[in-house]
Amino acid sequence: MVNELGPDAYFRQGLANGEINLPKCRDCDRFHFFPRVHCPHCGSIKLTWQPASGKGEVHTTTTVRRRPESGGDYNVCMIELTEGVRMMSRVDGILPVEVKIGLAITAFVGEINGTPAVLCKPAGAE
Amino acid sequence: MTDLRGKSAIVGVGHAGFGEAHGQSAYDIMAQSSLAALSDAGLNLSDVDGLFCTMMEDSMPALMAAEYLGITPRYIDGTMTGGSSFVNYLTSATMALEAGLCDVALICYGSNQRTASGKLVTASKLPPYEGLYSPRYPISGYALAAARHMYEYGTTRENLADVAVAARAWASHNPEAFMRDALTREDVLASRMVGDPLTKLDCCLVTDGGGAIVLVRADRAKDFPNAPVYVLGAAAESSHRQISQMKDYTTTAARESGKRAFAMAGVTPADIDVVELYDAFTINTILFLEDLGFCEKGEGGAFVSNGNIAPGGSLAVNTNGGGLSCVHPGMYGIFTIIEAARQIRGDAPGLQLDGVELAVAHGNGGVLSSQVTAILGGASTV
Repeated sequence: MVNELGPDAYFRQGLANGEINLPKCRDCDRFHFFPRVHCPHCGSIKLTWQPASGKGEVHTTTTVRRRPESGGDYNVCMIELTEGVRMMSRVDGILPVEVKIGLAITAFVGEINGTPAVLCKPAGAE
Repeated sequence: MTDLRGKSAIVGVGHAGFGEAHGQSAYDIMAQSSLAALSDAGLNLSDVDGLFCTMMEDSMPALMAAEYLGITPRYIDGTMTGGSSFVNYLTSATMALEAGLCDVALICYGSNQRTASGKLVTASKLPPYEGLYSPRYPISGYALAAARHMYEYGTTRENLADVAVAARAWASHNPEAFMRDALTREDVLASRMVGDPLTKLDCCLVTDGGGAIVLVRADRAKDFPNAPVYVLGAAAESSHRQISQMKDYTTTAARESGKRAFAMAGVTPADIDVVELYDAFTINTILFLEDLGFCEKGEGGAFVSNGNIAPGGSLAVNTNGGGLSCVHPGMYGIFTIIEAARQIRGDAPGLQLDGVELAVAHGNGGVLSSQVTAILGGASTV
């Protein structure tokens, strides 16, 4: 790795600075997620980081049902970014049951319980 | 490569603590199950020199089990791949027996999840890139797979419901099953939504219970009280740990484990008399029937519908009622082997099918992460 922090720590440090950095292999040019010390596609350890486009779509989704007094229902989904990587996330700004597979999203860095996290909103939404 | 087909045989099966085992610890239930299996085989604990065990309460469960049983096994395997572990042990136990590393292999499990907590208890930590989003483990993982299967193949909630209805129909004949009341498609659809598209009745039970199996080399398998059940094929494939790392949410590693298990056994899905699958959720049955080759990819929804896998249907699936209606104490995998073996022996507790000679026992672990397929056979198959 080009940085002193381990890949997990580097990714999380990026989130803390409001950036979504994706690990990319300099040998096979493919992105991967989650961050690790080697490329899971080709095994290379020549990795670099690239800011995510933030563009993507919902690959699959579920609504976790929860009692209203405990906070109500919420979304858990898998998003696929245009870089070709998928990660777990949550779409905000619409009801959980309105989150559909194929929905175009914009990923951004938000917070869950005070911890920086990759969250999404429908593409084009303010 | 050494041919392991038919080199080992199950000569004893046992279980204990089904439903609610008030006042019993997980290790009590494990030991009662083991004693029952050994009794079934006409053996004693002192005969056991190979132990294959994992539990959900501890990080060294195989050692805890050996200590509780009071044995000092010379071969031990505690590989933890979730609920598939016990089907996986059929391979390692067969190898250990064949290599002479042990002579009597005991595979065992027990749990008191229902009376201890009422929900799934696991020593696993929340996966690092998922925990923040609070997926409800494990249902959210299976819901994500079910949603994608519905999107790609038009599978419906009615199809999912019919899996639960078929399981209950089998269970209604099984006095050992925890849930035996009549269940309709409408009941499942009207049940409380837990994690879309899965309702409460799309989810397996949370019960207490344990199971155990005694395995020996095939050359001495006929020296025991019950007809031997031979391990004809067994194969595993692991694809991920975290559901977010599953490459294709509609195809599991069962496609690979099944292919190799069938090849090792030298049989095809069309030859199989009964199929015992790990049905943690209704989508599992659909995925595994497709991936093991009992129907085409995408056709699982139609295949399980309208009673086709229920009593009287074209394929007998989960004849004890499965994890959905019979028993599900945290990990169910061992019960796929026990029910398959009993169907072959002819002493199944519920509906006993006629002339069962070939059975599939399929284990699932994690969140569709580990898939292990075994083909078991009666005397005519070796």
